[in-house]
Amino acid sequence: MPRVPTETEHVPASWPHRHLLDLERLTAEEIRLLLDTAAIFKEATDGCRRKLAVLTGCTVVNLFFENSTRTRTSFSLAARRLGADVVDFSASTSSLSKGESFIDTARNLEAMGIDAVVVRHGTPGTPHLLAQQLRCGVINAGDGPHEHPTQGLLDIFSIRERLGDLTGVTVGLVGDIAHSRTARSNLWGLLKLGAKVILCGPPTLVSDRWRALGVEVSHDLDAIVPRCDVLNLLRIQFERQSMRPFPSVREYAHLYAMTSDRLKKARGDLLILAPGPINRGVEMTADVADCRQSLILDQVTNGLAVRMAVLWLTCGPRDPSAHPPTRPGVAARIH
Amino acid sequence: MSMPPAAPLPSHRGTLLIRGGRLIDPAQGVDRVDDLLIRDGRVVAGGAHGEAADETIDATGMIVSPGLIDMHVHLREPGREEDETIETGTRAALAGGFTSVACIPNTEPPIDTQAAVEFIHQKAARADTCNVFVVGCVSRNREGKELAEIGRLVEAGAVAFSDDGAPVFDAELMRRALEYCRMFDKPILAHEEVLELSRGGVMNEGLVSLVLGLGGMPAAAEEVMIGRDVALAEATGGRLHVMHVSTAGGVDLIRAAKARGIRVTAEACPHHFTLTDEGLRGFDANFKMSPPLRTAADVEGIIAGIVDGTIDCIATDHAPHAPEKKMLELDRAPFGILGLETAIGLTVTRLVATGRIGWPRMIESMSTLPARILGIDRGTLRPGAVADVTVIDPNLSWRVDAAAFRSKSVNSPFDGWTLQGRAVATIVAGRLKYRLDGG
Repeated sequence: MPRVPTETEHVPASWPHRHLLDLERLTAEEIRLLLDTAAIFKEATDGCRRKLAVLTGCTVVNLFFENSTRTRTSFSLAARRLGADVVDFSASTSSLSKGESFIDTARNLEAMGIDAVVVRHGTPGTPHLLAQQLRCGVINAGDGPHEHPTQGLLDIFSIRERLGDLTGVTVGLVGDIAHSRTARSNLWGLLKLGAKVILCGPPTLVSDRWRALGVEVSHDLDAIVPRCDVLNLLRIQFERQSMRPFPSVREYAHLYAMTSDRLKKARGDLLILAPGPINRGVEMTADVADCRQSLILDQVTNGLAVRMAVLWLTCGPRDPSAHPPTRPGVAARIH
Repeated sequence: MSMPPAAPLPSHRGTLLIRGGRLIDPAQGVDRVDDLLIRDGRVVAGGAHGEAADETIDATGMIVSPGLIDMHVHLREPGREEDETIETGTRAALAGGFTSVACIPNTEPPIDTQAAVEFIHQKAARADTCNVFVVGCVSRNREGKELAEIGRLVEAGAVAFSDDGAPVFDAELMRRALEYCRMFDKPILAHEEVLELSRGGVMNEGLVSLVLGLGGMPAAAEEVMIGRDVALAEATGGRLHVMHVSTAGGVDLIRAAKARGIRVTAEACPHHFTLTDEGLRGFDANFKMSPPLRTAADVEGIIAGIVDGTIDCIATDHAPHAPEKKMLELDRAPFGILGLETAIGLTVTRLVATGRIGWPRMIESMSTLPARILGIDRGTLRPGAVADVTVIDPNLSWRVDAAAFRSKSVNSPFDGWTLQGRAVATIVAGRLKYRLDGG
């Protein structure tokens, strides 16, 4: 278990990464370290309300090529709680609209002397390309439908807070799996920690190909609700769909919205998560969103704890003997 | 209908002797160790007979092949000279062992007039490198609405017709093109893609695209269109050539069409029998091309098609893009991969060294059959033939260095790979135009 960080405490040697790009490529041990560190931060900051200035003098840039309010706010607050300076950079007000490439934009920011960029972008892999080009830390805050690792971590953190060990826990991810980065990050994190994952939605949003990864695919919500310990209700991402994958919102809600009727068929201790923003009446009815099993507001608080842990692990002080300096930019070159 | 030869290059006066190589010419059924004598730009009958030559190449241990022909090359000129020019592209061709290329007309403006064909011929003559055969547009301005002046383009020297870069989307236009080209005996080179199915895609639709969250281009997008065009070729009696087949299902459709006697030929690209969609896991736009890299089963299907002759030719779909265009987010970077300078190495390494095909089949697929499909007087070392010759070191192991390419662009995912087999001399109309050691 990691210790409460102080300004002189080194990042544990068991965390070798300068970036957090996705959960697919992390080990179970690394994911547990992230979650344990988040738990420590949550406790040490009295539920994420107090400051714990362990990143004083660090500068974190929010580099958002896609709109976001809650994730950006959460990262900003997390960085400030740790004493770091935060700069917001959004595509609409930048030279990107003048035709500069995203790599040149990021290199320019880096030349101003920053410690980490928190990147959100509409295209999968963009944070990975930046990580190859930059010396500073790169944290993926969502790359298109690919991954949103801090969202996956905070969902898993919230489940773990209630249920403890995830081994054998059955988690249903319901909805727009095709376009959901939250689904992918949850899937990798949950599988690595030993949970059973069920993906549920219409075949146009939930491909049978997922089965190759060892998850269950279902198109029948009523059939899986009684078997789930946790349901994570994912938003329908209308903005990413080129042709609507179901005939109408009404029909979708009829088949896949979590309602109080469906809740009655679930276990009494079923936990309900939703990454937000939620469309009340589409993914779930209002009474489900506000029911006693709903972790939706816990998730928001835990997001701060997880992001504090991620920022500290990627930007915090390192023991030079445990972290031999690596040459930046050698991992790959792009043409 | 007669037509002038495309971009005739000046023949060399004098003699060139290529001594002691393994001479392979599938058009004549020749495969033996022999000398090859060239006089005044033509192959001389009956070998050398100890005759002294003006110039001699020792080809001991080498393969001596009729000059290789890449029937699918994007030279980008006119309009996108920042990616490639006729001069740089044909220099890349020579370095890759190609004595002829067929250039695809998706330039800016597209090649849909006699003047445009003439422009390419003049630029090629000025470059004085390899033969450039011109493919004309199927449709006026490549818009897919009405036929280009195909007869006039044939008179100017166009050898085939294609709207590649995009499919001929209107089925009626495709039917008319196949029908109309019958009177010139010219093939339609077809890019097979149903755009509604692939729209927004950047890679093959499969488990990898699902995991990466990248837009998918399903195999069905290609196969549905191959199916349509095979039916149209059958209905019209026109000649269909399927470009860059990338799926095992596509190979099956072509195999069945050939069995029914439909006039269809096909090509495959080295990257499609070498790489899979797993290559996209690093999000490197050099792995982005259309049709996309598919699965291991598709790679096996393509190779089986080359082995049994369902796939007639190997062509590269050489598609240069300047570095700044490929250094973009995956969905903004253009489709395309360089091919000319790695084609021999990839084909030898993947197909010949592994025993899947022999040297005669490789040369048939890269010279004999492309010449036959395009109807050009190349692709053989028959006495009297134009002396286009490629000398290949079959065992040379070499490291791909994109920075050293003759091409103006560097968009190759094979940079740094070690390959076996490379052209060591490229001879066009009797003139030694490229030599690996200082040519």
